[in-house]
Amino acid sequence: MENEQGVTRKMDDFLEIFRKGEEFTKDLLKENEKLRFRIAQLEEEARKSAGEEKIRTYEERISQLQEEVNALTERFRKVTEENKDFASKYVEVEEINNALANLYVASYQLHSTLDFDEVLRIIIEIVINLIGAEVFAVLLMDEKTNDIVPVSSEGVALEMVPKARIGEGIIGSVAREGESYFAADISGVGDVARGEPIVCIPLKIKEHVIGAIAIFSLLTQKEGFTNVDYELFNLLAGHAATAIFSAKLYTQSERKLTTIQSFLELLKEKPRK
Amino acid sequence: MPSILVVEDSPTMRQLITFAMKRIANARVIEATDGVDALKKLSSEKVDLILADINMPVMDGLKLVSLVKNNQSYKDIPVIIVTTEGAKEDKDRAMAIGADAYLAKPIQTQELIRLVNSFIGS
Repeated sequence: MENEQGVTRKMDDFLEIFRKGEEFTKDLLKENEKLRFRIAQLEEEARKSAGEEKIRTYEERISQLQEEVNALTERFRKVTEENKDFASKYVEVEEINNALANLYVASYQLHSTLDFDEVLRIIIEIVINLIGAEVFAVLLMDEKTNDIVPVSSEGVALEMVPKARIGEGIIGSVAREGESYFAADISGVGDVARGEPIVCIPLKIKEHVIGAIAIFSLLTQKEGFTNVDYELFNLLAGHAATAIFSAKLYTQSERKLTTIQSFLELLKEKPRK
Repeated sequence: MPSILVVEDSPTMRQLITFAMKRIANARVIEATDGVDALKKLSSEKVDLILADINMPVMDGLKLVSLVKNNQSYKDIPVIIVTTEGAKEDKDRAMAIGADAYLAKPIQTQELIRLVNSFIGS
């Protein structure tokens, strides 16, 4: 009986321990559940916090990129401006290049010969082809009579061009003053018979006028003068004059040389006789 | 290397055109003083384009264009007329004969270069 009671008490004790164990286990499971929940919460927070960090990083990056875009837009604007500037400078350089080529060729041709007729022909070529004149004449000073006499013409017979007296009329005034003359309306036609050109350029060596180029009309397609035309006029005023003067001097010296050589030949022949 | 035949009796214009053509990459310039001289050059040289004046001694530019365009060997060579004759009827006459383009003097170098480039595709 006592044994049975002992066994029963032990069983009760065991059951009590088992119940406590069960309760402890349940507590542990609850605690475990709470911890899991907490971990999930923390993970969620961490995830959220990481997302915000990324957004902040992205926002900063966007801001940086925006600044870069603004800088590039500004740079692009400046480069476009520079391009426009370069394009207009290119056009200017092309025009200057064109002008220089014209001036170089004109100058080169004028000084390429010492033959007087050849020089006159080159002046005619320049005035036709580079300036675009249709009717014009080259006149030179006759120092004996003080007249300006036509020596070559284009578009009109030479005998139709009257000579001019220094200081009289447009050509005479240009020869006296040494200043170019441009009519108010260069598209018009000058009067050859009356010696009234639309343009008259003095041919000068320094301040000494040796002649003039009188233009009476321009080619139909020539609507007006450009900067290069005025440069060509300046070039003709100086270089054509020196080319004509040099050719004249050369012709004279050649003539004198021939005379002297003939004279020397005569002198050499005399002793033989 | 494109070869350009410049037919011009005026040494000044010949030099100016040659000067301008040197600005076209690799272009080789052959010079002729009139139409007959141009035909001689055509028979001995390979020519890709002709630049010809109208008023020339011996044989003028229009006669040259006519002969070139009626010759099986040369008819495909483009011919650009460069002349002082600026009237519309002069241009029409040259184009009717077979000229491919017409440029009145005094020439603008850039315009001439652009025109030449449009034919030889430089």
